Amino acid sequence: MRKFKEFIVEKLILICGIASIFFVILIFLFLLKEGLAVFKTVSLFKFLLGKNWYPISEPPQLGILPLILGSLLVTLGAAIISIPIGVGCAVYIAEVAPTQTKEILKAGIELLAAIPSVVLGFIGMVTLVPLVKNVFHLPTGLTALSGSIMLAFMAMPTIVSIAEDALYSVPKSYKEGAFALGATRWQTIHRVMLPAASSGILAAVMLGVGRGIGETMAVMMITGNAAVIPHSILAPVRTLTATIAAEMGEAVVGSEHYFALFAIGIVLFVISFAVNVTADLFLHKRQ
Amino acid sequence: MKRNSYRTQMIAFFFLFLAMLLIVVPVGLIIVIIVQKGLPAINWQFLSDIPRQGMRAGGIFPAIVGTVYLVMGAIIFALPIGLLAAIYLSEYSKDNMLTRLIRLAIVNLAGVPSVVYGLFGLALFVVFFKFGASILSGSLTLGIMILPIIITTSREALESVPYSFREVSLSLGASKWQTIRHIVLPNAIPGILTGTILGLGRAAGETAPILFTVAAFYLPQLPSSIFDQAMALPYHLYIISTQVPNVDAKVRYGTAFVLLTLVLFMNLVAVIIRYKFRKKKKW
Repeated sequence: MRKFKEFIVEKLILICGIASIFFVILIFLFLLKEGLAVFKTVSLFKFLLGKNWYPISEPPQLGILPLILGSLLVTLGAAIISIPIGVGCAVYIAEVAPTQTKEILKAGIELLAAIPSVVLGFIGMVTLVPLVKNVFHLPTGLTALSGSIMLAFMAMPTIVSIAEDALYSVPKSYKEGAFALGATRWQTIHRVMLPAASSGILAAVMLGVGRGIGETMAVMMITGNAAVIPHSILAPVRTLTATIAAEMGEAVVGSEHYFALFAIGIVLFVISFAVNVTADLFLHKRQ
Repeated sequence: MKRNSYRTQMIAFFFLFLAMLLIVVPVGLIIVIIVQKGLPAINWQFLSDIPRQGMRAGGIFPAIVGTVYLVMGAIIFALPIGLLAAIYLSEYSKDNMLTRLIRLAIVNLAGVPSVVYGLFGLALFVVFFKFGASILSGSLTLGIMILPIIITTSREALESVPYSFREVSLSLGASKWQTIRHIVLPNAIPGILTGTILGLGRAAGETAPILFTVAAFYLPQLPSSIFDQAMALPYHLYIISTQVPNVDAKVRYGTAFVLLTLVLFMNLVAVIIRYKFRKKKKW
């Protein structure tokens, strides 16, 4: 009897163990199920490279190029801001800060990771947006730049904590060797630690920036939501994520518009999958 | 030469310090702004009343209740699955292809954009299972989203129980499951609790997954069953900041304050449990 009970329990544990695989496949299948229908009316080529996103005109125009460019512009801006600052902060915490300060700083970074994105969006609306508007004398502060700054900020916890882990896991003997040769602390960091941790830092950057592409609420609240091909970083844009979040509420289940929004979901899923798998390879290489 | 390299070091360290300030100072400012402007809006009426005058006045009680229901639903779903999955990974799995696939799946599950979870919940729970926009659909969606957090932290907690504990138990004639149930799990509870609370905090703050699966723009009465729609704090904050014009700033800051306090409080509890556990650890 006990043997039978254990058998059941162990099978249950195995089933739950593979549940993650099951859910990832389930998510992908249901995105495909609802999203692929859009390609009955638009070709893949026209969907990805079409310049017009007018989902409710008659007939609907379903080109997501403006949205892809919007996402790319905001994310690229975020990457430019967050990579130097994030990696710099990680180096500071791992190598420069005194031990007690280190713990406080780590707690501060964790705090940032815990703030809900809608709260950051709200704070962005009341502080960052007016600031961008006034500094650049724009008609509106709801621009790609505002989104980039906020996104950079949101990518920081990921970049800092993973890059710091990478620096931390460099063998101590490397550092001791450099010191023994008479290198200063900065020379050691610059010539020994950073190159040794480079694949982990690269993974940190990829995960941080990759998360940016998927970020929804804060970006939707401060980038202005104009679904046109952006001409400047100081213009309003609309990202892939914001389009889904803003329009799904009004899309009729089973309409072209509904299918198209799911097809955007497929694009996002594929991007996040690619980023995560690649970053995981880099993190694995290190060990 | 030597002096030169120290000067370079000073300049470099200055920039590293600056990078740190550029992150930490805004975090501090955000907290200060929300506390300073949100705290005065908090009173008993704000916390216990329904929204009035088109959400421009009154309270946020239905949103608080909705968020509590959603978070509880998510954890009821995610904790058993996540814990058993963690037990599988820490106690049963071998170093093979399947284990690598599971690990990869967890990494990906953690990386799926939150709005894609919303789409998935809409397609599977709302449309396919015909649960409609309901607390049930929203809880399940949030539950799957926090699964990776619970699995990863629980697994770490289980793996940190020394191997010798298991050996002693097994050598006394206990079966594998008895060992896990009576020796490994009790010693891992603080770590599991930490992960669970972190998952709760994450579920409480997310907006995109509940946009199309549960969230109601405005509901004056409280939900009466899991098949009802509900208001939720993060969605309410989104609505009153972007969709409803002329909302008193106090109401917005007040809502942001309540949401932030709720989420940070849960994180604080998790940190305290982790800290106490580390101090008490005898091995």
